[in-house]
Formats: sequence, C-alpha cells, structure tokens
Amino acid sequence: MTTLEVPASDAATDHLAALESEAIHIFREVAGEFDRPVILFSGGKDSTLLLHLAIKAFWPAPVPFPLLHVDTGHNFDEVIAFRDAVVEKYGLRLIVANVQDWIDDGRLTERPDGTRNPLQTQPLLDSITGHKFDAVFGGGRRDEERARAKERIFSLRNAFGQWEPRRQRPELWNLYNGRHRPGEHVRVFPLSNWTEADVWNYIARENVELPSIYYAHRRKVYRRDGMWLTEGPWGGPRESEEVKDLSVRYRTVGDGSCTGAVESEATTVDQVIAEVLASRLTERGATRADDRLSEAAMEDRKREGYF
Amino acid sequence: MSSLLRLATAGSVDDGKSTLVGRLLYDTKSVLADQLDAVTRASVDRGLSTPDLSLLVDGLRSEREQGITIDVAYRYFATPKRSFVLADTPGHVQYTRNTVTGASTAQLAILLVDARNGVVEQTRRHAAVLALLGVPRLVLAVNKIDLVDYDEETFTVIAKEFSDHAASLGYRPGSVLTIPVSALVGDNVVDRSAKTPWYDGPTLLEHLEEVPAAPDPHDAAFRFPVQYVIRPRTPEYPDYRGYAGQVAAGTVRRGDEVVVLPAGLRTTVERIDTADGPLDEAAAGRSVTLLLADDLDISRGDIIAAAQEAPVPADEFGATIAWLSEKPLQPGARVLVKHGTRTVQAFVEELPTRFDEQKLSTVDNPGSLQLNEIGQVRIRTAEPVPIDDYAVNRRTGSFLVIDAGDGSTLAAGLVGAPLPMLSPSP
Repeated sequence: MTTLEVPASDAATDHLAALESEAIHIFREVAGEFDRPVILFSGGKDSTLLLHLAIKAFWPAPVPFPLLHVDTGHNFDEVIAFRDAVVEKYGLRLIVANVQDWIDDGRLTERPDGTRNPLQTQPLLDSITGHKFDAVFGGGRRDEERARAKERIFSLRNAFGQWEPRRQRPELWNLYNGRHRPGEHVRVFPLSNWTEADVWNYIARENVELPSIYYAHRRKVYRRDGMWLTEGPWGGPRESEEVKDLSVRYRTVGDGSCTGAVESEATTVDQVIAEVLASRLTERGATRADDRLSEAAMEDRKREGYF
Repeated sequence: MSSLLRLATAGSVDDGKSTLVGRLLYDTKSVLADQLDAVTRASVDRGLSTPDLSLLVDGLRSEREQGITIDVAYRYFATPKRSFVLADTPGHVQYTRNTVTGASTAQLAILLVDARNGVVEQTRRHAAVLALLGVPRLVLAVNKIDLVDYDEETFTVIAKEFSDHAASLGYRPGSVLTIPVSALVGDNVVDRSAKTPWYDGPTLLEHLEEVPAAPDPHDAAFRFPVQYVIRPRTPEYPDYRGYAGQVAAGTVRRGDEVVVLPAGLRTTVERIDTADGPLDEAAAGRSVTLLLADDLDISRGDIIAAAQEAPVPADEFGATIAWLSEKPLQPGARVLVKHGTRTVQAFVEELPTRFDEQKLSTVDNPGSLQLNEIGQVRIRTAEPVPIDDYAVNRRTGSFLVIDAGDGSTLAAGLVGAPLPMLSPSP
C-alpha cells in the first residue's frame, strides 16, 4: 500500500486515530487467536474500509486472511469491477459464493418479489462451514440499527450460525473472548464504534478509493416504496412506474432490488460528508427496503445468521 | 480535530435515564427523522400519546415486549468539539453485569437520581461498582429538578450526600460533579436553564465536552502486550520482524530500554512502525509495531514493559472479581485466565470475602459467589503472569475468568483490592 502523508496524531486526542487503533487491535487479536479467519468483502464502502484497516494492521506483511463475497447476482457492475480491481491490486485471495449456484441446484428458491438479500444467509453459512472459517469479519456498525447497537465486537454464533442475543458474552475492557466450540464461529466487527460520519471522514483523510456509485452520477431511476431504484436484472420498472433521469448517489450498496439511491449532487468526498452531516435520515432507513419490513427486521435476520 | 470520550450511564428507567440519553442524542442531532418516525409509530401502536424515547434505546424484541432494557446498548453522538461513545447500561436487570461491562472502558460515568427521591440504595451500589472499575470521573445528574420547583436546598442536600459517598469510595472532589437537570424539559442538559440561577456550573453537555479525556495516565509506566509477530518474508522485507500491539499504558520512545516479560530479557526499542511511517513515540491507545535491537524469542502473550518500572510476574495473586455467570463460583474452581494477550490455566483457590456494595463492607467466608456478586479471591496460575495492580493500571490490572469447558466468560477480574474498604482490615 502507498504510504500517505498523514499528520502525526495522538490516539488519545484524535477520535479517528482512536477508532483506527481500536480496529487494528481487533484485527491483530483475531490473527493471534483464530485458525481460519475471513473478511466479508462486497466492494461496498464499509468492507472497503475494513480491508484498508486490515492492510494497515499487518503492514508490511500481506493480510493473512482471504476475502469472502456472497454475490447475489444483483450487484452493481461498478461495484463488482471495483471488487476485482482491489483484489488484483493487493494480491488478495477472493472466494465468491454465488447465490445463483444455490438457486440453480435447488438449495434456494427465488422469492416472488425478486429480492435476493434474504437469500444470502444460506450461502454465507454454507461457505463458513465448507471452508471451516472460525472468525468472520464484517463491516457492521452499531450506529446502523438498534438491534446492532447491542451487538458485541466478538459475536459468538452457534453451530447453526445463529445469533442468540440472550447468550451474548459480556465484553469487558478490550479483552475479547474468542473461545468457541467446534462448529461454532465468531463474527467480528472492527467498525462497531464508527458512525457513518466517521467512516466518511476517515475515507477522506486516508484517500480510500470507493466504487464510483457512492458519488453523484446521472442514472435512470424509478420510484418504489419511497426509494429511487434502478433498472437491472432484478426486474422493474413496472408499467406504472415512471423512469426519471436524475443525479443520484448510493449511501449503501447491497442487492440492487432493494437498495435505493438518494438524489445528490455530491461528486467529491467532502461534498458527501457535508450531505451526511446534514441528512435527517439514517443510511439504512433511507436506502434499504429490507430493514423496513418490521420493527425487528434486522434482529430477525441476525438471529438467522445474517451479517 | 475532535477527541473521543467514552462514557457510561447508570440508573433506572424511573429516573428518566432513557429520556436523558434521548435528549442528548436528539439535541446533538444524533437521532434522525426516520428513527424518530419509527419510535412515534411504535408508540402510537402501543396507545401512547407521546413518543416513548426509551424505544430508541430498547433494541431487542424481548426488551420491547417486556418494556425493560436487558443489555448494554452503545450510542454515538458528536459535537464539533468531541465524539462520544456512550455505553447505556440498564439499571434493573443484572445491573452488576451490565454496569461492569459499560464501566470497564468508560472515562466518565453519568449517574441519575430523581430529585424527589435523592440518593437511593441503587445510586450507592452503582457508584460503588463504578468506583471499583476505576471510572475516573462521575457526574450525578439530579433529574426532574422541575418537579421540586427548582429548589436549591433540595439540590444542595443531594449533592452533599453524593459527594460524601463518592469521597468514601476514593473520589477526589474535582472528579465528581453534580448537575441539576430536567431531561424532559431540557434544563441544563444542553442549554443552560434560567430556572436554576443558583447553579453556576456547566451544563451536562458542556461538561462532557470539556472534561479531560486522557484514557490512561500518560505518565504511567509503559506496557505493551504483544498481539502478533509481523514477519513479511517478502523480497522487499526479507528480515523484518516486528511485534504488533496496542500501547496499554504510558508512552514508548525510540531508544527506550525495555524488558520482555515473563522471560525478563532486556533490549532497546529500535523503531516504532506504523503503515503511515515510523514514529518517535507512541502513547497509550495507539496501535503500533515495535522493532527491537536484539533478536529475542518473543511471541503473542508476552508483555514488553519499561525496564525501570516493570511488573513482577506472579503465579499467585489476590484479586477482586465480579461474577457474571449463572453457574455460581465454588472455591477451587479450575478456570482460564485471560490477561492482556495471554490465556493461562488457573485455580480460584480461596474466596475469603464477598463485597456488600450496599453497605460498603465485606462479608467473610461467603462459601460461593452467585451471579452479579463481587468477591475477593486468590488466583493461582499455571505460569507466571506479569500483572499490575488494577488501581494503578486498568489495562494490565484486568483479566477475564473463562470457563475452560464451554468458553463462556465467567467473571471480570481486577488485580488487588481497588476499593479502600476491600483492603484486609489491620
């Protein structure tokens, strides 16, 4: 990785430096205590940041973990191209679990509404079991959603990959308990204490490259469920849905069928930060239909083994 | 550039803690419109006429169903001066487990009392647990001050009683602040209230923004638990060998003489590396990689410490533990102890006293320790561990007690007797 000119900062007085040091500490704990860790990497901003921190944690040695992407087949082309370019640039090993393969051989069935986000859980758990991964890094943040606010940094999953909120271990000081029985694994969230604004401020400070769709661009979109969705293999627009050509960007990047764009003119990271700070909507609430299903939508998916 | 302050809240729902947290989040624009809409919708569904701000905090379905907060929730808010990580710890259920968890990383804790009730049993217990865990600063928010007609006398009595209690726990006057607030109306939370002209101190948020944030004393002796050995073995770095870790206490400088424990080998720090380039020094909290002058056999679990003030490795020591498991502790239990980056086998040999955090006294020979109880123990480890006293160093004075069978966390461990009343009587 390139060494950037970063002003000397003190982890005690600069909050981004403190968050960086905390995340690096978490990566190194996992490297020291687990046999087969893996980083969930979609090419989205949180997983890109996760990888950036992993590279810093082990520099000048290479990152000692492979990457895993559960590809719904409904991803944005720009994001997949970015994912592959990053893997190439840093000489990483990427494992892709294609949801399509699970549909083709009958392990999964396409849903009537066409969304594939809920279908990611099975390929994820199968991949974890198949590759015998014992620690799985995710980019989840506690500020995203209220079930996540109670998530531990080291989150034990049972042999079925399930989260049991009542059996969570107390997490004390920075002593993480990663012990688990055979078949169990631990989800690890190094970005737990970051907010969306922290992520963007750090991306700006470190010049972290992101897929182009995080910045404003012209796109043909249509309105559904209060969100701007784009055309794609996931279907739509319906006849009643009017297509408009707007300047938009994405705040989150997930399955194209349920990830909405926001209207935006922000083409630079500084403009995005200004927009994030002024926004009165959370990033998941604004752009993720999957989290709006019920009062406990995220909790339910987490219990089943979702990220 | 803003700094980071980690804080915890303690108190029961009845004291208005959720409302206070809700107000801090809302007034710092950390609650966004869709979150508030969701809370309003859910409140209407329940037949409430005003939004129940506690629904912002109660994240799990079982919590909402039972109307109680079970687990520690982490909240984030920021002002131009500072970013805050708030561990919101519930008061009623499992308060020791939750308060210990929230307090373990907190640099400041906010305790709440209802101005009509003043300091109650729970306030004393919470303060004792916060003091035990070494939270450096306390704020007592005397809430619902509007319901006692902003009466100065009521406030003064509560403030005096609390500062006396805090002093008996070892807090110096400058580290405790009492503020009259109304979380509901907003008095003295973010904005100064015109109704408390007799109060000339800062508002709660002003205090949180200004209070010193140093996580650990920077003048403490240097401690560095080794997490991982970095050996690239690439053409560019064929012989690089760095010890990765986070500075747990003090400051390390290039050229410092250090000792590697528990082996006791001496060497000097040749380089302090980061991916952004080498540093001249690194202070507590910073993750770095140390390169040493001599080629020593060092691995994960070792501690690199200041040569002049190194801890003495011990295989038997006294400690205070907060029991967090439903399986009670019986003396003689065989467990794992995780200290820094090292996990060793250990016995909990003796359980001479249990701490009564209500009476601030000890009970001799309790026989066993139940969930949420705090006791003094003697620990014997299979190999020497370079421990510090918890009262001197929260990071290298703390340990986890882990079940060797199922891997669960059984207890929070603090080396020594961090409270004055825990010390053996003469």
